[in-house]
Amino acid sequence: MATQVFKIADTFRKDVKYTFCPGCDHGVAVRLVAEVLEELGLKEKAIVAAAIGCSVTIYDFLNIDALESPHGRAMAEATGIKRARPDKFVFTYQGDGDFASIGLAESMHAALRGEKISAICINNTTYGMTGGQLGPTTMVGQVTTTSPTGRNLEYYGYPIKVAEHIALCDGTAFSARVSLDTVANIRKAKQAIKKAFEVQLKGLGFGFVEILSSCPTNWKMTPEQAHDRVRNEMMQVFKPGIYKDITEKSGK
Amino acid sequence: MSNIVIDESRCKACYLCIKECPKKLIKVSERTNNLGNNVVEFCDPDHECLGCAMCATRCPDLAITEVYRG
Repeated sequence: MATQVFKIADTFRKDVKYTFCPGCDHGVAVRLVAEVLEELGLKEKAIVAAAIGCSVTIYDFLNIDALESPHGRAMAEATGIKRARPDKFVFTYQGDGDFASIGLAESMHAALRGEKISAICINNTTYGMTGGQLGPTTMVGQVTTTSPTGRNLEYYGYPIKVAEHIALCDGTAFSARVSLDTVANIRKAKQAIKKAFEVQLKGLGFGFVEILSSCPTNWKMTPEQAHDRVRNEMMQVFKPGIYKDITEKSGK
Repeated sequence: MSNIVIDESRCKACYLCIKECPKKLIKVSERTNNLGNNVVEFCDPDHECLGCAMCATRCPDLAITEVYRG
């Protein structure tokens, strides 16, 4: 008798259809979030603060409570929700432009205050929804629509490494960077998301996961080439790994 | 017998699953869906499927909805 080893998580709405571009890793990230919510039994008590950008559409796909926030303020809104309803499970799902550019102050201070919320940041080194402009995580030399000759170090400076910065904040309980370029890395990403959600459930502090994702449309690549770029270029600059995990220390 | 179920209406023709399958059992089909994409099809005449669910894990559009191992 065959056993079912994969199914669409119950957290998804019925007849869900993604509106992402073909080959976009957002689809995988949303699915991992849905699977972790189901595994931890959080469907009824989860509230997501949706951000601006491609990540906003998460509330169209998941059958959980959601609130839409203005540009970059998902973390401020999540703080408000969590303080008003501490019994709820609150998380944000943001892109790099939202988390690390316009919302950097909110994100950083939420981590410094040790808010008991979880955050997921999709890093695709560009502003995806608005047409592939230069963002805070754009790599040195990368061609975007607003840097046609490549990111110039003298003019634009260096990209931000979010996971390392969040790990430096004392209120952070868990900070990791993961990638979605291979199936093995997708499984690791799921473990990291689970950990970031668990630190909130245990009341330890801020849980954060940065996910390296592809954007085939704005990189003007095929989905396969985009994954090669994640592997060969992005993962060399943005090194995957767990940068802070306070549960690990206390366990030893 | 292991097998997978594909929801063709969700397939956006990124074809990432084709490369992922260790037994190369997923192929581009002649059929198109209402998005106009040539969808993928599961072709396993010799019952080689391992039920590893790598295709479903890779699929970014939830088009591979069920995987059975056995």
